[in-house]
Amino acid sequence: MRAQFVLSEIGVGLRRNLTMTIAVVVSVALSLALAGASLLVRDQVNSMKDYWYDKVEVSIYFCIKADHNSPQCASGAATDDQVAQVKADLDKMAPLVQSSTYESSQEAYKHFKESNPDNPLLAAVGPDAMPQSWRVKLSDPTKFDVIQSAFAGKPGVKSVDDQRKILENLFGLLRGLQTAAFVIMVLMLFVALLLIVNTVRVSAFSRRRETGIMRLVGASNFYVQMPFIAEAAFAALLGSVLASGLLIGGHFFVHGWLAKKVGFITFIGLSSVLAVIPLLVVVGMGMAAIAAFFTLRKYLKV
Amino acid sequence: MIRFDNVSKTYPKQNRPALDNVSLEIEKGEFVFLVGSSGSGKSTFLRLCLREERPSTGAVHVLGKDLGKLSNWKVPHMRRQLGTVFQDFRLLPNKTVGQNVAFALEVIGKPKSAINKVVPEVLDLVGLGGKEGRMPGELSGGEQQRVAIARAFVNRPMLLIADEPTGNLDPQNSVGIMKLLDRINRTGTTVLMATHDQAIVDQMRKRVIELDKGLLVRDQARGVYGYQS
Ligand SMILES: Nc1ncnc2c1ncn2[C@@H]1O[C@H](COP(=O)(O)OP(=O)(O)OP(=O)(O)O)[C@@H](O)[C@H]1O
Ligand SMILES: [Mg+2]
Repeated sequence: MRAQFVLSEIGVGLRRNLTMTIAVVVSVALSLALAGASLLVRDQVNSMKDYWYDKVEVSIYFCIKADHNSPQCASGAATDDQVAQVKADLDKMAPLVQSSTYESSQEAYKHFKESNPDNPLLAAVGPDAMPQSWRVKLSDPTKFDVIQSAFAGKPGVKSVDDQRKILENLFGLLRGLQTAAFVIMVLMLFVALLLIVNTVRVSAFSRRRETGIMRLVGASNFYVQMPFIAEAAFAALLGSVLASGLLIGGHFFVHGWLAKKVGFITFIGLSSVLAVIPLLVVVGMGMAAIAAFFTLRKYLKV
Repeated sequence: MIRFDNVSKTYPKQNRPALDNVSLEIEKGEFVFLVGSSGSGKSTFLRLCLREERPSTGAVHVLGKDLGKLSNWKVPHMRRQLGTVFQDFRLLPNKTVGQNVAFALEVIGKPKSAINKVVPEVLDLVGLGGKEGRMPGELSGGEQQRVAIARAFVNRPMLLIADEPTGNLDPQNSVGIMKLLDRINRTGTTVLMATHDQAIVDQMRKRVIELDKGLLVRDQARGVYGYQS
């Protein structure tokens, strides 16, 4: 089989059917871009989990004078003994408790002042308004409940806070986005498959003279079907190149613009984007070739 | 070369068989006319030989192979050993005469060098030497049929099957085509030809097989057309 002959046949076929080919290329590109985006969001969530779960802490806040209205702080501000008792209990909980650091009211006030220099509250309150706390680092951040049940309601403890809660909301949002991308991807993929089937059918019909003669003179099924399959696979290749372009464009958008707006997230690198591209190309071309093959079994009999 | 054993063919959704319990044998090197009125089953007979159709009952042997036992993927290989010619020529209008013949060789994977050599040879043989670069549309019907015969014969098949090859031609061109088929037959190729052309059958005096409503009604050596259509 001579490559030049085959290539020229593909070119003729694709041009004959230009509008359909464009429709196939665009729908394949969109479905593959969404598939890639969905994979990348998953990577992003995973990398953020790794990064943030390492950093998040559980904070055990102690009562301050102003809290005497709330039931768990009825006896007023926490005493030094109470603070020390919590520390002793924490130390008993190794290895779940990896480490715990103390933050005094003064330190808390200083941190608040640094991160919110213009807050009008600053003028009104002093360090007394800030609770002292233990910042606890867990070996397994998902075991927050253990700390919560051990220290909530202990004398002098006002509340036990898990920073992970805030992250969970963000991850939930990202997972929602990922699911949405996946659902749209499935729909687009379905549309792309229908378009491929139809394009192959039209193509087979418009070339029935050639294929009739090919069968007559004894061309093998493979030889008769191959140009159609190659055509579909080639259109899918164009689609996956376009999809890769969209993903790489999306990457630079995220890094150039979004990363400046939301500084606290580290976005996954270009290498992750490049890593999904071969997968998209293979899946796209394979899918198109298989769809074409099964269409031909129906419309191009021996 | 061809053997039919009690072959019947009923097309789907038809109550009358197109071919009804036909048994016959055609030997190597024979020239055979297949005659009969319209709808008598001539094309069906030929399509069974090409395995474009399968018999409803009975067995068809072509070139020593039982086509009923031949798996689908072996069919192309079997067809390479046959040549086929039709009433409507079946040429590709956007390819030149030479490209039309070459196409048949390209799609079965013949190397370019061999194609370049045999195409002019076979065009010479059918009397179209030098018309390699012409488009089919620029040729007369007789010349177009010669191109089709060149394409069918370029692989030197053992068997040439022709379904009314002179059906679209005037008497003069028809005689030319018959002379060509006779020459091909003299090289040893078996020729099986369905036709309505009384003058040709009467003049050639070859074996005549007549079908009527799917039944084999006559098988005569050195026969004539023999009925009024
Ligand atoms: N594909 C088909 N489906 C259903 N019936 C068919 C099909 N092909 C042929 N027939 C029927 O089978 C019978 C024989 O047809 P066939 O084409 O073999 O006749 P023929 O002798 O070649 O006729 P003609 O001289 O007009 O070419 C006819 O009654 C025809 O209507
Ligand atoms: Mg017929």
